[in-house]
Amino acid sequence: MSNKIEAPAHVARPRQSTVSTLARFALIGIALAAVAGSFAYLGGWFSPNDLTPARFTDGFEEVNGVHAGFRRNHAKGVGVSGIFESNGNGVRLSKAVVFQPGRLPAIGRFSLGGGQPHVADKPDTVRGLGLQFSLPDGERWRTAMINLPVFPVRTQEAFYEQLLASKPDPNTGKPDPAKMKAFLERHPETVQALTVIKGQPVSSGFGNSTFHSLNAFRFFNAAGNSIAVRWILTPLQPFEAAGTASAPADKNNLFDALIAQIHAQPLRWHLIIIIGQPGDSTNDATIAWPAEREQVDVGTLTLDRVESDDTSAARDINFDPLVLPAGIAPSDDPLLSARSAVYSQSYTRRAGEAKEPAAITPADVRKGER
Amino acid sequence: MVTERRQFTLFTRLLHWTMAAMVLTMLCIGVAMVASLADYHVLVSIHRPLGIAILVLVIVRFVNRQLSPLPPWPDTMSPAERRVAWASELLMYGLMFVLPLVGWGMLSAARYPIVLYGPLHLPPILPHNAMLYAVLRKAHTILAYLFMLMFLAHFGAILFHTLIVRDRILSRMVPWNVRPTAEPVPAVYADTTAAGPS
Repeated sequence: MSNKIEAPAHVARPRQSTVSTLARFALIGIALAAVAGSFAYLGGWFSPNDLTPARFTDGFEEVNGVHAGFRRNHAKGVGVSGIFESNGNGVRLSKAVVFQPGRLPAIGRFSLGGGQPHVADKPDTVRGLGLQFSLPDGERWRTAMINLPVFPVRTQEAFYEQLLASKPDPNTGKPDPAKMKAFLERHPETVQALTVIKGQPVSSGFGNSTFHSLNAFRFFNAAGNSIAVRWILTPLQPFEAAGTASAPADKNNLFDALIAQIHAQPLRWHLIIIIGQPGDSTNDATIAWPAEREQVDVGTLTLDRVESDDTSAARDINFDPLVLPAGIAPSDDPLLSARSAVYSQSYTRRAGEAKEPAAITPADVRKGER
Repeated sequence: MVTERRQFTLFTRLLHWTMAAMVLTMLCIGVAMVASLADYHVLVSIHRPLGIAILVLVIVRFVNRQLSPLPPWPDTMSPAERRVAWASELLMYGLMFVLPLVGWGMLSAARYPIVLYGPLHLPPILPHNAMLYAVLRKAHTILAYLFMLMFLAHFGAILFHTLIVRDRILSRMVPWNVRPTAEPVPAVYADTTAAGPS
């Protein structure tokens, strides 16, 4: 990229008037301002009240405080790993390699909803399971599931509103009931979803929880046919209702029980694909599909290893629900893209922070080994 | 008869305008996607393969830049201006190469799959390390803003030459062929071997 740089020769140019020159300079200024302004507009600099991934994540930090190095939501958790054995039943539904008969490594993380990494375990706190399937061709499938049958909110804006309404009052330590009431009045779909959620009994632990994909997705099979789907993981561990113990349980009781269970025996779940019919809503996670929809058992997830967040590779994985292999695609649910964007923002923030020890330490995990 | 080159080669010009469109699109998508929720996924899905396409094309372009003949600098540019133009060209080549590479590297360090299209994806080029991701992610943003400034400077310089100096500098890069017969070539060009930037 070398150039010989030479002095210019004098070239006579047509003279122009001062006014004309000024007008031309103004034109240049306008053109540059238009380009710079377009960048700024696209970057949202002129709409400071719009909900962005950064503002969304600020909301989590406002409600929970900033806990360096931890996820901004589902902060408390443990890493797990094992295998997924596909039985081949999913091949007709999706061309994703994950559904070819065979065994794949899986890594995941059980968690409790909320941004407090040291919160005490409670049976009614939302339970999460983030999972990554490693496909032999190098593709990845990640899914972030929770134990609620439907999602309480339909849109990202409603999620944000609910998040702020749930902020504990500094005086009482509890959310302001008036704010939550006002939120519910504005969101009848949430009231309806909460009825469905409360109608389902909560299980005693992580091991016997059913986990739901929440959002709908689309499957594409080798013939190019597309269907709307949701998926669930149904436990082989027998259901037992969460106790209504009068004595306050140990702070980490749900995680301690999970660790002891996995050390005693691998935990297993069926991966069930639920096939939507035309007319089933794919853009509204607050609505469950009719119970009679076809369900296809496509394989078994076996988790036989558990680790502290401090040592698990799962800590540094963003279980972004839109990390999908070919054959699985997002539905038209806008919440999916919003989840992807906010997870990414949360990941970026915590990735650059010094790591504090997690609530469930490597010693806690070893203690469960016996 | 003097057949002095007054334009960049057709291939050079095509590369310039194709990549100009790609880079501008990329900068717009980049700045928009980090601020968007509903459109985030679609924008990211374009951003990744487009970035890799720029990485591939800038290598083609760099090789082409070394091999193809260049028109002389316009006489209207002083030695100092030529040095600035040369340095800014080098910087933009560097950014077109480094920005996608930092993007690829940061996704690698976070173990995000680098999906191009369907099952087609790139392997990670760095170890799984969240802190490394955080540093590269920040660098990606800073370099992208630097590229926006470089674009504004480049655009402004061309406008200045076109509207104020009026030396028809743009004719060197326009995609169509400009016939040199329109205006006699000043004598100064005849013994000039210096070349201008693409």
